[in-house]
Amino acid sequence: MTDLLYLVAVAPFTDMAGSPAFLVEVLLGGVFAGLMYSLVALGFVLIFKASGVFNFAQGVMVLFAALTLVGLLERGVPVVVALALTTAVMVALAFAIERLVLRPLVNQEHIILFMATIGLNFFLEGFGEMVWGANVKRLDIGIPDRSFIVRGVQINQLELTAALTAAVLVTVLALFFQKTRIGRALRAVADDHEAALSIGIPLKTIWVVVWSVAGVVAIVAGVMWGAKSGVQFSLSLIALKALPVLILGGFESVPGAIVGGLIIGVGEKVGEVYWGPLVGGAIENWFAYVLALAFLLARPQGLFGEKIIERV
Amino acid sequence: MSQPAPARPLLEVDGVSVRFGALVAVNRVSLAIAPGEILAIIGPNGAGKTTLLNAISGFYHPYEGRIAFDSTDRTMLSPPDVAALGIARTFQNVALFKGMTVLDNIMTGRLLKMRGNFLLEALYWGPARRQELEHRAFVERIIDFLEIQAIRKTPAGRLPYGLQKRVELARALAAEPKLLLLDEPMAGMNVEEKEDMCRFVLDTNQEFGTTIALIEHDMGVVMDISDRVVVLDYGRKIADGAPEHIRKDQAVLDAYLGVAHD
Amino acid sequence: MIYREAGQFKTSYASDQAIFPIAQDRAVVLLALAAAFVGPPLLASEYWLQAILIPLLIYSLAAIGLNLLTGYAGQLSLGTGGFMAVGAYAAFKLTTAFPQVSIVLVFLLSGLVAAGVGLVFGIPSLRIKGFYLAVATLASQFFLVWLFNKVAWFSNYASSGTITAPDRAVLGVTVTGPSATASARYLTALALVTVFALVAKNLVRGRVGRSWMAIRDRDIAAEIIGVRPLRTKLLAFGISSFYCGVAGAELVFLYLGSAETQAFDIGLSFLILFMVIIGGRGSILGSVLGAVFIVLVPIFLTNAPHALGLRLPVALQKQIELMVFGGLIVFFLIVEPRGLARLWQITKEKLRLWPFPH
Repeated sequence: MTDLLYLVAVAPFTDMAGSPAFLVEVLLGGVFAGLMYSLVALGFVLIFKASGVFNFAQGVMVLFAALTLVGLLERGVPVVVALALTTAVMVALAFAIERLVLRPLVNQEHIILFMATIGLNFFLEGFGEMVWGANVKRLDIGIPDRSFIVRGVQINQLELTAALTAAVLVTVLALFFQKTRIGRALRAVADDHEAALSIGIPLKTIWVVVWSVAGVVAIVAGVMWGAKSGVQFSLSLIALKALPVLILGGFESVPGAIVGGLIIGVGEKVGEVYWGPLVGGAIENWFAYVLALAFLLARPQGLFGEKIIERV
Repeated sequence: MSQPAPARPLLEVDGVSVRFGALVAVNRVSLAIAPGEILAIIGPNGAGKTTLLNAISGFYHPYEGRIAFDSTDRTMLSPPDVAALGIARTFQNVALFKGMTVLDNIMTGRLLKMRGNFLLEALYWGPARRQELEHRAFVERIIDFLEIQAIRKTPAGRLPYGLQKRVELARALAAEPKLLLLDEPMAGMNVEEKEDMCRFVLDTNQEFGTTIALIEHDMGVVMDISDRVVVLDYGRKIADGAPEHIRKDQAVLDAYLGVAHD
Repeated sequence: MIYREAGQFKTSYASDQAIFPIAQDRAVVLLALAAAFVGPPLLASEYWLQAILIPLLIYSLAAIGLNLLTGYAGQLSLGTGGFMAVGAYAAFKLTTAFPQVSIVLVFLLSGLVAAGVGLVFGIPSLRIKGFYLAVATLASQFFLVWLFNKVAWFSNYASSGTITAPDRAVLGVTVTGPSATASARYLTALALVTVFALVAKNLVRGRVGRSWMAIRDRDIAAEIIGVRPLRTKLLAFGISSFYCGVAGAELVFLYLGSAETQAFDIGLSFLILFMVIIGGRGSILGSVLGAVFIVLVPIFLTNAPHALGLRLPVALQKQIELMVFGGLIVFFLIVEPRGLARLWQITKEKLRLWPFPH
């Protein structure tokens, strides 16, 4: 019993203190993974904020974007052109989704739209693999996957670039929502569809814009994940990792997505490295969920969500 | 019309306040409802009428004050507990179960009168089946009473607004309440529908002896059917008395005509 | 026989409350049921029983279970696979520990174990709703599958973590394990699904079902009538998990024969959810129709190109299957959100009027 207590409550901390450089590496790894989760979660938040749709297909959109990009690069298209073309594809996808899925389901219950995006998820997965093939592909965007050492801590150049990119993207999006006219319009739509329509904000356009932006975020996430671990089906599963992030951060909060991502990323890495061996490892599949769930019971509206007073 | 019995009120609201953050929606309101009475609660928009009803039915818990029903304190009960005491209500924006038929909606109103026996219900056998049929017979009486026989098997969501309000009343009546709270039962109805509804409210009061508190904006209706009127303004009670009294009350006239408050 | 109800006057509430108030319906259902019990064991080939009919029955049971929770009580769950795994592993542990206990009883007990687990994971439903709850049920999915994978005790320390159905008999006939015939397994699955479909129907047409639907349609109004939200939702989670648990046990014991945790991954949860959406939320018949549909689509996609003389690579077939499933989900949600069950109802209404549509 005391042995167990020691293993759970003491040993991990002595391990941490014993090798601070390693701890820093673990933390950095967590921050990197967390930012990547944030990036995916951001796509969810954008769409949810503006359309109230919980887009289960966000993960597949990441996969789809990465597949398209790699497919183009493999056919010898230059990087810049390929990026532009991929962006065009994602915008076209946004148009198609608005026309074929969202518009016919407007004013339906949110849960129905959610289920529709599960359908969309399956469709895009099948479609993407049919067009571009299902085998694992390498994505080389010219950033070397090399490490350098600062004060005994290994830092991976690719991870660093990805983290910086994510940070920049998040800042830009936050500004976009706060400062621009269309950003404010997006928030207005989220608050009340009918009111937004009545003051002349075209719902159609807003939806296309926001799904396009989510598509672009998906490209960035796809490039970063793809460069790190290859473009393959499992990429679509990172959406499942982003869900606990959303629970933590709240479905409507951009900063929430970032902070939630960091908490989950770091918590998961630290848990896996220091406590995982106790229970046979591979806990990262559910640890984030349990963390988020425990949190949810204490604070149902998430970290940054507003408390909703239910009107009767 | 039954005479209000002054001695023991059915429901007593005593100095109740409801707050949302800094906003005081209901401010130290006291009122009593006598058994068998029809009480109308009126007041301008935002006066706190619905909030008061919500506090009575347990959705909001008062910040101060107490609520007693049948001389027992029930200030902090939850809605299902309030329902178990015999208080039923309808909502301002009809809250029917849209996916269920009218019959099932009203049957749901019988819930508290039904005994649960999971195993027998799973087999639909013996007492469970008998109970189901008994309650069906009761519900059919309410259906006859409110004249909605023809729409029995129609999903509630497909009905026109006026009928939905009527079904909601039926669902509340199915619970055989001692006190019935009606939140704007005639809002959005045309004259004929209003007349029907008035008749149903009066009939309910007379045939079943149900005590009724209702919120209503139509002054004609209020003056016609209520025994007593309570007026709220900005969360406070500003008048309480017989309809003909209220009609002449200066404070009420000011509230409705928008005289400045001090 | 013409589909008419003219002349069938209901003289009591009992006959009006019956599951099939119209005489023709009763006759058709009874005939179909009799045919299902007699026909396939005599006529169907091993392939038909094993590849189509048995999984169809098991999925139907799981879909009924999920439909009780999602379609009737309105609580979206993505954890079906996890609860099915609980049933499967519980059945394995029980029957290997107590080989003399009847396998049917083992199935029921496994259902109870799953119900218990379902209750625990249903607790968050008091505080969280909608998407948040759906995500919370994902947690149960991942956690449960991980648990059975990691803890060797659950698979009796088999080296690969595989659980295998042993030979067990009912009334002297072997119904599970390697030496059970496909017919015996089919009849066991059919008997179970028949009984539990009837039980589900009884529940949803009475007090329990009405309180579930009340919570689904308007939780605030439900409370004011006296429905207690936590108790009602937990009951839905418990019963739904019971159904899924029994279906999970059947999946291993009557269909796969042996399985690893992968058989219960998130894909299974989605598959069952699709059956519910396509079949019709809030319909017992719909659950079965949805299962039929989802089982038949891949078989159709395999055989149709073949019949046309085309040869599609397996990977492409799989991709087309994904697209068809995904596309159909969206299609059904747009065109007929109440699914195949509603289409069936419309057909019957048309039939009643035929040949004079006005």
